[in-house]
Amino acid sequence: MEAVFLQLLNGLDKGGAYALIALGLTLIFGTLGVVNFAHGALFMLGAFCAVSLQKVLTMSAKVRDESVTFFEAYKEVPYLEMWFGETGTAIIDYTVPLALIITIPIMLLVGYVMERGLIQRFYNRTHAEQILVTFGLAIVLQELIKAYFGANPIPTPAPDIVSGSAHIGSWLGLSDDIVYPWWRLIYFFFSFTIIGACFAFLQLTTFGMIVRAGMADRETVGLIGIDIDKKFTIVFALAAVVTGLAGVMYTPVLPPDYHIGMDFLVLSFVVVVVGGMGSLPGAVTAGFLLGILQSFASMTEVKEIIPGIDQIIIYLVAVVILLVRPRGLMGRAGVMED
Amino acid sequence: MKMKDNILIVIFAAAILTMPIWGTAIGAGYPDLLQKFAIFGLFAIGFNILFGFTGYLSFGHAAFLGIGSYTALWSFKLLTMNAIPAVLFAILVSGIFALGIGYVALRRSGIYFSILTLAFAQMCYNLAYSVLTPITNGETGLQLTNDDARIFDTATATAEGLPSTELFGMSLTGYNGFYFCAIILIIGFYVSVRLYRSSFGLMLLAVKSNQNRLKYTGVNTKPYLLSAFVISGMYAGLAGALMVVIDPLAGAERMQWTASGEVVLMTILGGVGTLLGPFIGAVVIKYFENIFSAFNDVLLRQIFDFLPDFILNIWVPFTNLFVGKGWHLTLGLLFMIIVIFLPGGAMEGFRRIKDKFIKKDTAEAGGTE
Repeated sequence: MEAVFLQLLNGLDKGGAYALIALGLTLIFGTLGVVNFAHGALFMLGAFCAVSLQKVLTMSAKVRDESVTFFEAYKEVPYLEMWFGETGTAIIDYTVPLALIITIPIMLLVGYVMERGLIQRFYNRTHAEQILVTFGLAIVLQELIKAYFGANPIPTPAPDIVSGSAHIGSWLGLSDDIVYPWWRLIYFFFSFTIIGACFAFLQLTTFGMIVRAGMADRETVGLIGIDIDKKFTIVFALAAVVTGLAGVMYTPVLPPDYHIGMDFLVLSFVVVVVGGMGSLPGAVTAGFLLGILQSFASMTEVKEIIPGIDQIIIYLVAVVILLVRPRGLMGRAGVMED
Repeated sequence: MKMKDNILIVIFAAAILTMPIWGTAIGAGYPDLLQKFAIFGLFAIGFNILFGFTGYLSFGHAAFLGIGSYTALWSFKLLTMNAIPAVLFAILVSGIFALGIGYVALRRSGIYFSILTLAFAQMCYNLAYSVLTPITNGETGLQLTNDDARIFDTATATAEGLPSTELFGMSLTGYNGFYFCAIILIIGFYVSVRLYRSSFGLMLLAVKSNQNRLKYTGVNTKPYLLSAFVISGMYAGLAGALMVVIDPLAGAERMQWTASGEVVLMTILGGVGTLLGPFIGAVVIKYFENIFSAFNDVLLRQIFDFLPDFILNIWVPFTNLFVGKGWHLTLGLLFMIIVIFLPGGAMEGFRRIKDKFIKKDTAEAGGTE
């Protein structure tokens, strides 16, 4: 029971990441009908917003180390610490949450430029060509990041206050052994908030209504006199923001390197396919479902029965779903079923 | 087969076999690179049989490459160092895998087909890294050892150190290896031309242009698609086996999905659905990879020495982004440019240029009349 509960928890943060990426991906697919292979690169860009902020905040000067007396030693002291003392240290400590703020405008801009500059030209071309051009873009973005930040993973720790583990077990009256890192708990709630905000935005605002109408029938909405292209550009930018934020928040869980996007891309496509192309609730459900499934599959008990299952479970599920129910768990009938 | 095709094959064969001679002129006259041309050319030609003829975009072809490599290496380890059985086994085994994967994946088309093949390839890759370590040797990669069985080679095994691959006593290193690959490449090219011109090839082209219409006329397209998938999987397995023949080492990373992306790239760059295009794409990519990777900061400074210093100091770091380790950046950019402006690849480019000249000729002819 406790082991099961623990695996459920473990699945949640990964599921949260899958759900957020898949949400962005399916938003783009559902509205624009574009298969975006550069979506993983957006996740990576988000993560590297946090890394860049960390770089900026910890810019430091060499200062004589007074504690070493018998030879001249120098240590690196960040400017923020020199100027603001304690406050500066605290700011550096809170790099990742602060990065959320700068990521939003950056990703909006990235999404806008990407849609206007490239994706827009590919609305009327085949899916194969969309895949290929966005794949090329993903390579370019990835290599630019690699050229600037190097090939090694860059650790970006979470604030000290949440670096420990939460004793979830004792809260719920279960065994005290069940502990769960604070940051993962935060990630889970964060992803829930973002997902909730997205749904609220699409369901409750006029803008969301227009977008949904455009998803259903783009031409008619255009004929009514609404500039649907402009709205869709904004949707693309928003999807980029959602994915970028997922990337920022994931940095303390997994130190980002330049191919983190590619690693997540394949998985998030699988999630979208399982959930149903163009279905937002489907993408979210499938994200959490697959995250949890994966963490169950990596239990030693399960691995003893079927060795290697943890490596392939997600793909296996995708294959089965595609063959049995090609529209995915919650896909609308007739949408991209072929 | 028309006369034109025969001529094409003869010219192709002549060009390949004389490659060591004319390759020297463009700085590619050494066996390592030429072997790469032949192997990746074969891989791309095989991939084109699926993607170019039928329009089904597979993102998992590297899996067959890996399977072919592992099979060939096991043949070297267990049976004999002769390359022929290794190649045959690799074709057979990758064909069987392709049959299984294709049977399932071809139940869907379009983007779902791409994702299904991608999923299968990732499964193969992940398994090769983890559970199948006894077969694939995991991260280290599978390689030859001195205490391999090699049941057919016991009589001849005398030499110290690791044996090298051979063809009935002829060692397959250096140029021998290249000619071995080249002959297989020419055979592969010949087969692909024959397929293209056969009624089977016409059927595949019909699937590409309008599968629904074909189905309405009562044709079951599945067997045709599956055969195309298996054939192209076999080509990939063959290419994988040749890699091992040249360098007896097989790692799981050649099955990664980015490796599948690379072959798509080659095919696109050269021209999808053309006979010669994929090979040209493979050669161009491997050639420039070789050239660009060799550049570095010092070399760039020598080349742009004529520029004034302050421009040099900006220009060299900038160009340095695109060469050496940054070669993939150039590749990505090239790829985007090709897909955006020239979806037909290099072959379409040639055709456009040709059209322009021919038009000019007729116009001039008309003018003088």
